[in-house]
Amino acid sequence: MLTGLEESTVGPGLEKAPTGIRGLDQITGGGLPRGRVSLVAGAAGAGKTLLGLEFLVGGARKYSEPGVLLSFEESAEKVALNVRSLGFDLNQLEKDGLLAVLSFQVDPADMVAAGSFDVEPLFLILDDAITRIGARRVVLDALEMLFGVFGDDATIRGELNRLARWLEERGVTAIVTGERGDKTITRHGIEEYVTDCVIVLDHRVNEEISTRRLRVVKYRGSVHGTNEFPFLISAEGFVVLPITSIALDYAASEERLSTGVPRLDHMLGGGVFRGSTTLVTGVAGTGKTSLGAHMVYGTCERGEQALWILFEESPAQVLRNMRSLGLDLQTWVDADLLRIWAARPSAFGLEAHLAALNQLIEETSPSVVVLDGIGGLAAGVTGTEVYSMVARQLDLLKSRGTSTLATSRGREDESATVSISSLVDNWLLLRNVETNGERNRLLFVLKSRGTAHSNQVREFVLTDHGVELVEVYVGPAGMLAGSARLAQEAVERDADLRRADDLERHLRDLRSSISERQAHLIAARDQLIAEQTEIDRIDSRERREVADTEADRVSMASRRWADAAPDPDVTPGRRWAEKAPDNGGKQ
Amino acid sequence: MWELRLYVTGQSPNSIRAIENLRRVCEEYNPGRYQIEVVDLLENPRLAVQDQILAVPTVVRKLPMPIKKIVGDLSDIERLLVGLQVRAPRKAPA
Repeated sequence: MLTGLEESTVGPGLEKAPTGIRGLDQITGGGLPRGRVSLVAGAAGAGKTLLGLEFLVGGARKYSEPGVLLSFEESAEKVALNVRSLGFDLNQLEKDGLLAVLSFQVDPADMVAAGSFDVEPLFLILDDAITRIGARRVVLDALEMLFGVFGDDATIRGELNRLARWLEERGVTAIVTGERGDKTITRHGIEEYVTDCVIVLDHRVNEEISTRRLRVVKYRGSVHGTNEFPFLISAEGFVVLPITSIALDYAASEERLSTGVPRLDHMLGGGVFRGSTTLVTGVAGTGKTSLGAHMVYGTCERGEQALWILFEESPAQVLRNMRSLGLDLQTWVDADLLRIWAARPSAFGLEAHLAALNQLIEETSPSVVVLDGIGGLAAGVTGTEVYSMVARQLDLLKSRGTSTLATSRGREDESATVSISSLVDNWLLLRNVETNGERNRLLFVLKSRGTAHSNQVREFVLTDHGVELVEVYVGPAGMLAGSARLAQEAVERDADLRRADDLERHLRDLRSSISERQAHLIAARDQLIAEQTEIDRIDSRERREVADTEADRVSMASRRWADAAPDPDVTPGRRWAEKAPDNGGKQ
Repeated sequence: MWELRLYVTGQSPNSIRAIENLRRVCEEYNPGRYQIEVVDLLENPRLAVQDQILAVPTVVRKLPMPIKKIVGDLSDIERLLVGLQVRAPRKAPA
């Protein structure tokens, strides 16, 4: 998108002079109109002079374009001193013939105007300086001072107009700075003469938080971002924070990055994408910082550089607390892989914070940045402004390809959270669930771009060996966590045991019943055999007795001579059989 | 004794008028007790920065102290006299 913007703006005949200020060249599609005069307007302390100086120093250092500074506010020595802290050595640049600093300090009190005049000396000295160093850039700082000095507005207006045209003829790219007016862009309306490009700087202090903004009000013949862009005056100078819509052209990495918690990686389909932004929200004490610590730990473990920004706690405190989770982060600090930076947001303005943050990022080039407690930035401030700054910061990190994890207090339905949630790729929610007089932490993956992420809720347990994610109990009694989960699990275990016991007993019963019956069976068979034996025994004795009786009768009859011989058709058995009833009755 | 320095750029109409006006006023109000040095910035532009001269013509009264600067072709005699501290500034112009 950025390239598209550049193509559309750099038409034929509209060449641009890059300012070298990160973000500004992006917004203007390449810099200020070359060979023209641009106006930078703003209230006192808005950063006009600095912008001008960066334009000159950037030109001298990066683009081999020498420049002339003509200041109507401060002496050359003072100007040099002011920017020394930013690493600008103006004296050296002057020695190298890349810069000329001229200053005029005129006290209106010892000046009287008596008749018509012109400001030809200005032209003369500019011409002299431009020629001497071959300047391509000129900055006229606080040119409007001329109005106060001479009290002849008509003449000064005419002269300013002439000066602007003259600078254009000389072919230098110029910046004129002017005080902001109430109704007009500048107090004296010099925007009338500077018609090609107008940039307005604004410095607002809202509820003790200072915010600087830059807006390109006008850029003739060029497309430009018309929004207000926050900017910082950091230790490295002017930084304009680009806006999301311009920078939506990040490279998308396919590489997965571990969050440092294996089960969380699994829930996210293997971890977060490298270069992605992860937001962790949750109310106080849900374990956001611990999750961040894991991310940091994991990063250092891979041998990559991590930056941990703490907005709510001191490094020592966090290091101690994380040790109780078994995360020894001090090792990584000692190994120069981890940089921890902490400051309460109330200690500085938001701007100072972001400036410092920016510098840290520049210095350490971390592959992972963890911002702990970004909600703290918004303490006591209307959220929208802070979040728009945070959003831009996230954006900046993203455009650098830095993976970011930011934690913030708040629930998922809070509007401020929602406003930045659209910028993040992954959104984890930690929530306390209060049941049976205890709180338990649950982790949800609300969003994970480009990932088939788990829709499961996990219980988030802080152990002495780090964060663990445990599956929550989901059963007929609903979702349970913590000791309720443990209790439920115990109940289930009990029930299982009991069931097993019952079964065992039943089996035992059955088995004993079987063996009992088998014993019975054996006894019964023995009985059967005994009885059968008895039957056989009785049978054989009976038969013997019958035979004996027969023999007796025969012998008795023969003795009594009753019969000659036994009846031939009566067998002995039949006779016995016919006699049996009598016999039975006798017995 | 007035020690005056007049900064001009070449022979511009303003420059010529300023020299004439300054001489006349000096003769009239401080005859014989003045010294005028004319400096042409075209010849040495860097003097403009050194002496902090933004506009031309500019008369600098170096003596008597304090230093005073009067800018213009000096056609406004009243204001020139105020600048040279010959006359107190009027409350309201006539």
